[in-house]
Amino acid sequence: MSKDIKIKQGLNIPLKGEADKVIGSAQRADTFLIKPTDFKNFIPKLLVKEGAEVLAGTPLFYNKQYDQVKVGAPVSGEVVEVIRGAKRKILGIKILADKETRYAEFAASDPSTMTREQVKQRLLDQCLWPFIKRRPYATVARPADEPLAIYVSGFDSAPLAADVDFVLNGKDKEFQAGLDALKQLTDGKVHLNLHRNLSTSNVLKNAKGVQVNWFSGPHPSGNVGVQIHHIQPLNKGEVVFTVAAQDVALIGSAFLTGKYDATRIVAVAGPVVSHPKYYRTIQGAALKSFVGDVNGTNNRYVSGNVLTGSNVGADGNLGFFDKEVTVLEEGNHAKFFITEGWAGPGLGKHSMSRSYFSWLMPGKKYELDTNTNGEKRALVVTGEYESVFPMDIYPQHLLKAIMIGDIELMENLGIYEVDDEDFALCEYVCTSKTPAQKIVREGLELIEKECG
Amino acid sequence: MKFLHTAFQNMKAPFEKGGKFEKYNKMLTAIDALETFAFTPEEVTHSGSHIRDGIDLKRTMSVVITAMIPCLLFGMYNAGYQHYRELGELATATFMDMFSIGLIKVLPLVVVSYAVGLGIEFGFAMYKGHSVEEGYLVTGMLIPLIVPVDIPLWMLAVAVAFAVVFGKEVFGGTGMNILNVALTARAFLFFAYPTFMSGDKIWVHEGLTNDAISGATILGDLAAMKGGLEGLRFSAEEMFFGLIPGSVGETSVLAILIGAGILLLTGIGSWRIMLSALLGGATMGLIFNAFGANGLMQFPWYEHLLVGGFAFGVVFMATDPVTAAQTNTGKLIYGFLIGFMAIMIRVFNPAYPEGIMLAILFMNVMAPLIDHYVVEGNIKRRLKRVAVKTAVSN
Repeated sequence: MSKDIKIKQGLNIPLKGEADKVIGSAQRADTFLIKPTDFKNFIPKLLVKEGAEVLAGTPLFYNKQYDQVKVGAPVSGEVVEVIRGAKRKILGIKILADKETRYAEFAASDPSTMTREQVKQRLLDQCLWPFIKRRPYATVARPADEPLAIYVSGFDSAPLAADVDFVLNGKDKEFQAGLDALKQLTDGKVHLNLHRNLSTSNVLKNAKGVQVNWFSGPHPSGNVGVQIHHIQPLNKGEVVFTVAAQDVALIGSAFLTGKYDATRIVAVAGPVVSHPKYYRTIQGAALKSFVGDVNGTNNRYVSGNVLTGSNVGADGNLGFFDKEVTVLEEGNHAKFFITEGWAGPGLGKHSMSRSYFSWLMPGKKYELDTNTNGEKRALVVTGEYESVFPMDIYPQHLLKAIMIGDIELMENLGIYEVDDEDFALCEYVCTSKTPAQKIVREGLELIEKECG
Repeated sequence: MKFLHTAFQNMKAPFEKGGKFEKYNKMLTAIDALETFAFTPEEVTHSGSHIRDGIDLKRTMSVVITAMIPCLLFGMYNAGYQHYRELGELATATFMDMFSIGLIKVLPLVVVSYAVGLGIEFGFAMYKGHSVEEGYLVTGMLIPLIVPVDIPLWMLAVAVAFAVVFGKEVFGGTGMNILNVALTARAFLFFAYPTFMSGDKIWVHEGLTNDAISGATILGDLAAMKGGLEGLRFSAEEMFFGLIPGSVGETSVLAILIGAGILLLTGIGSWRIMLSALLGGATMGLIFNAFGANGLMQFPWYEHLLVGGFAFGVVFMATDPVTAAQTNTGKLIYGFLIGFMAIMIRVFNPAYPEGIMLAILFMNVMAPLIDHYVVEGNIKRRLKRVAVKTAVSN
C-alpha cells in the first residue's frame, strides 16, 4: 500500500548554479582514486600492492571487521600509489587507468530467479555490497544483517544535488534488475520513495515489485533517514538497508551484464561554475577531467552536495558515493560589520530567520561562500533545529546527550534513527555554529563501539 | 576598511607568541572581541555543511536591541511627561522639555549598565580564556528599562555586577544561566533596597525630593483601595499608550507591541511563549474578575495586561531562549504559567505589585522540569513503539 507523506519542517536553500539538464562532454580521466575514508566506521585492509594490475571490479581492499565486504576498482589499470596519512592510515588507492576499460567478468544473470544466498554472494563477490548501507549507523551493511525492509530514495532534495530522474533516464532495465536483486535480500518490502512535485519519469514510476511512497515538502524530505522515520520508524535492535537510486541501477547493470561498470552521470554545480551541467564520468575520477570552467581561483571543490560533501580540492577525485560536484567560493576574508557583516542589511545573505532584509526578495538565488558568518558560541537560540528537522526526535536534546556521552539517553532520544546527514540543515541554520554533523557521527561511532 | 583590519592585526601582534608582551596574551581575548565586532572573521567551515546561514549571535542580539528602541525612546519621553504631569505643568512644558529630562536621566543608566556589565564579561572572558559572548548586549539594554528613572547610578552598578557574576558567570556564562540576568538584577534591587524600590515615591522623576509629586503606580493605587475602582486616575488609553508612572521602558504597550512585531516578524522571539503568556494572564484576570473581592480583583482583565511590567516581561524577558523552556510544547506551558502566575502574584500579594518579575524568575527555575516531562513523553512514545511490536509478534 503506497503512502502519502507530507514533510512540513525543512528548508530549501536557494543556491545559485543549478546544473542544466544537458550532458556535457568530458575527457576520460587518467587517474582514479578510491578512498576508504568515504566509508564510515570502516577499517580497510589492502588486497593489492603498488604496481599491481587490476580490472574494473577487482577488489582493492576489504573491511577488517567484515572481511567479505570488498571494495572494487572502478576502472582497469595499474595501482600506482597507496596514499597513507598519519599512523600509516590508508587515505586512498590511486589507479592509472588503461585506455580501454577491461572488466572482471561475471556471468550475466537475472536476479529475480536467484536465491537470497546467491544474490548475496554475487553482491559480495562483485564488490557491489559497499553500495548498500544499513541503519542504524548509516555504515556499509553487514553481510549477516537481516534487514526488515530496504529503502531507496528516488529523489535528492539537497541543494544543487543531481536530479535522480534525469540521471536514470533510459536505465529502466538496470534499475528494475537492481530492485529485483534487493528484493531477494529481505523478507520485508522494498520501498521506493518519490516526490510529488518533482518530475518523475517512467523509470521510477513503473518500477515493479516495490512499494512506492509519495513525499512532498522541502529538504530533507529526500533524506532516506527522514523517509524511514515516516514510513516505519526504526527501533532499537532493528536493521534496515538503504541504497541510493543511482547505485541500484549500477547493481542491476552488474547483474545483467556481468560487468562492474562504475560510470555515472555527475552534476557539476555551484555559484562559481561557469556552465553548470551534467557530465558522464566514472567513480573516483579526477575532478580536473570533467569539471569545466570555474570563475575565480579561490574556490572550494566539494565532492557531493554542499551540506554533506567533502572538500577534496581542485586536484581531488570524485568520492565513492558522490553524484555531484559543487564548487563554491572560499569565504576566507573578513567582512566589515556594517557593509557585509552582522550589522549590514544582508541582501546577499541567506537566512532561515528574517533578520536580514534578503527575506524581502523571495525567489532570489544566492551565491553563498564557505564563511561561517560568525563565531562558534554556546547554544543560545532554541527551536531552530526543530523547524528543519522533520522527525519526532528532539534534535538539540539528542545533540546534548551525545556531547555528554550518555549512551542510554542517546538511545532513548532516538539516535538509532539518525545519520549525520539528517543534522546537516540543523548545522546550517545554527546561530551558534555548532558542528552538529561531527557530533552526531561521534555519537554513532561511540554507540557502534559500545553496543555493536 | 582594509586599514582598520590591519590596525587590529598590528594591535594584536605584540601580545601573540613571540611578541613583546607575550605574557599579557590574555589581552588577545579583548582585542579579538573588538575585532570580531568590527569584522565577521575570515573563518571558513571545516567540517559538515560547507555553507552556513547568515545569522550569528551578534545579529540575533542586535535585532532584539532594535526591538527595544521604541520602548527606550518612549521611556525617555514619558519620564519627562510624568514629571510635568505631577507638577501640573503639562500645558506649559514642550516636547523637548519632557524628552530632555528623560534623556538626561536614562542615558546614564544605559551607559552604566553596559560599562559595568561588559567590563565584567570581558574580565571573565580574559580570565577564563574564552571569547566574549554577546549575551550581555541585550541584558545591558533590558536593565535600564526595568528600573525606576531616579535610581542612583551606584545602586544600578551594584545590581548589574551581582546579576552578571552570580546570575550568569558562575554558571558558565552566556547560554548557561538558569535565571534571566536582567530580572536577577531587578530582583536584587527589589530585595536589597526595598525601602527605595517600593512605595509610591520613586516612579516619577524627583518624586523623592519634591512633595508636590505623588507618582504612585496604578497597581500601587489599586492595592491601597479597599472598595471599588473609583479612585483610578488613568484611562485604558493612557495605559495602552503608556502615559502612566512606572519603570523606564515598561509603560507603553504600544512601544512594546512594535518590539514584539519585530521579534515575531524576524522569527527571533517565540510566538508560542508570547501568545500563551497572554492567554495565561487573561485567564487568571477573568477568574479574578468573576470574584471581584477587592480593587485588584475588580480591575478588568484586559487592563491587567496593559499595566505594570506584564507586557514588557512577556515580550522581552519570558522569551529569553536560554532561560525559557526549550521544547515547543514546553514553551506553551511555560508561557501560560508565566501569565497566569504574574496576575496571581500581583493580586494576592500587593506588596509585590511586579508579579511578572517573580513569575518569570519562578518559571525560569521550573523550565527544565517542564522540558524534562515533554522529552520524557517523547521517550515513552519511542519505547511504546517497541512494546506494541513485541506484543504483535508474540
